[in-house]
Amino acid sequence: MSEIFKGIEPMVHNSKISVPYSWWAGDTASKFFISLRDARKIIAPRCGKCGKVFMPPRKVCPTCFTENTDWVDVSDEGTVVSYSVSRRQLEAIPGDKKVPVIWGLIKLDGADTALLHYLDEVDPGSVTIGMRVKAVFAESRTGGIRDISHFKPVK
Amino acid sequence: MDRTAIIGVGMTTIEAEKRRETFADMTWEAVNKALSDAGMTIADIDNVVTTSSDFWDGRTISLMAVGDVSGAAEKNVSCVEGDGTYGAFYANARALSGSYKTTLVTGHSKGSQCVSSLITNAAFDPIYERVLGMDMITASAMQANAYMNRTGVKPEDAALVSVKNHGNALKNPMAQLPMNITVDDVMASEMIADPLRKLDCSPVSDGCCAVIIAHESVATKFKQKPIWIRGLAFCTDSFFFGDRDLARSKALTEAAKKAYAMAGIKDPRKEIDLVELYDAFSYQELLWLEEMGLADYGKAAARLKAGEFNLDGALPVNPSGGLLSGHPVIAAGLYRIAEIVLQLRGDAGAHQVKKAKTGLAHGVNGLCGQSHCVWILDKEK
Ligand SMILES: [Zn+2]
Repeated sequence: MSEIFKGIEPMVHNSKISVPYSWWAGDTASKFFISLRDARKIIAPRCGKCGKVFMPPRKVCPTCFTENTDWVDVSDEGTVVSYSVSRRQLEAIPGDKKVPVIWGLIKLDGADTALLHYLDEVDPGSVTIGMRVKAVFAESRTGGIRDISHFKPVK
Repeated sequence: MDRTAIIGVGMTTIEAEKRRETFADMTWEAVNKALSDAGMTIADIDNVVTTSSDFWDGRTISLMAVGDVSGAAEKNVSCVEGDGTYGAFYANARALSGSYKTTLVTGHSKGSQCVSSLITNAAFDPIYERVLGMDMITASAMQANAYMNRTGVKPEDAALVSVKNHGNALKNPMAQLPMNITVDDVMASEMIADPLRKLDCSPVSDGCCAVIIAHESVATKFKQKPIWIRGLAFCTDSFFFGDRDLARSKALTEAAKKAYAMAGIKDPRKEIDLVELYDAFSYQELLWLEEMGLADYGKAAARLKAGEFNLDGALPVNPSGGLLSGHPVIAAGLYRIAEIVLQLRGDAGAHQVKKAKTGLAHGVNGLCGQSHCVWILDKEK
């Protein structure tokens, strides 16, 4: 440090970036969310070429580089591909969730790719890869991914 | 194909909080260190690539704030948003383009100024995932579980990576967290997201690194001994975790294969002398080594235990202490390149490894290693 800054205590300038932002969900996600909200049904687009069923839904098959044209019903049951348990109340965790919070990567029966969501009604220590789980729908649904409240173990 | 070389590197110390330096001040320091290392003045640099992330920097078009201190006035300056190895990849392409001979590339970030959990949460899909509240640590825990389930590697096996790297950092004056710790210390540290404990996770850091890349026609014109770029490649996997096999990293296997092919490397286990890789979490060092073909799948932990990746082992890995000992996001991969350059020149000081002719530097972009960039650097052309 040079002589002229001797004795200078560096200051901190506190601020906050607060910029409202709205995401248009688009046709594909909207169709999926409307089905969750109104029919408690999980639907997914399928590639017309390779037949892959995508969760979460998206417009394009990345392998075939073509638009997915069909939609199919997928099961509300599936298999845990991997999971994560937060023990620290990390800042990104929503206010209504208290640790331990468990997330699962869930491959629903009938889908070829796995969906990220919560696991609940289970002890964090007993979650395993390969575990069978079932969707629990939220009582109040507004058209979003949390219209599924969480997945719980299949008894 | 024309050849390029790295002819100068400069790093700031990596610290938890750089209170006395702004982004621009850090960049100024790293750039001047690189120029002096190369024996160049700013007039010898004919274009600049900066590497930064607007979200981490808390401003838009963040490159515009560090152009002045990079000597970019009246020069062509461009920015890469991502890890420093990708900025350097672009810098190298420019040095090969015929339009420029010398490219200065910088990478900076200050984890201390923001909330890392919120910034990394914003990397998730805003419509399907972000609201669920995952971040870099909880995502990596998901990958660690997938990897350990598949290989049988235990958390205490991965903890040894943290022990080794913090120990190596004791010999690196640039490192933030030099520590003499044991596996028991790692296993006793706070569980943040199973199976990742505090000492399995890299710290929040501030730092800036600068590297100068030159076309072969000018690479020996300045005072520094050039370190030759023999091979480099990057490759990217699917965005959604559920589309990938999280227990593996196809993108890294591909990137490494391409980089080896470009470098003419047939047997990487015999021909690569040391590695600086992106160990943001302890298990990642094992997984990345395996996917780069430097260890059999699921077997890196055993070789680590045997001491093979130690500073004096058969294949030193992260002799600098790696990201676990200091993780300025964005700059981290550029630090890996700079560290390999110092090692190959014989300038690494206390953490110098014995045999250092060919080295591998590795950078990562995206959650759970969605994209990987691999560099093969060599003492000889
Ligand atoms: Zn397809």
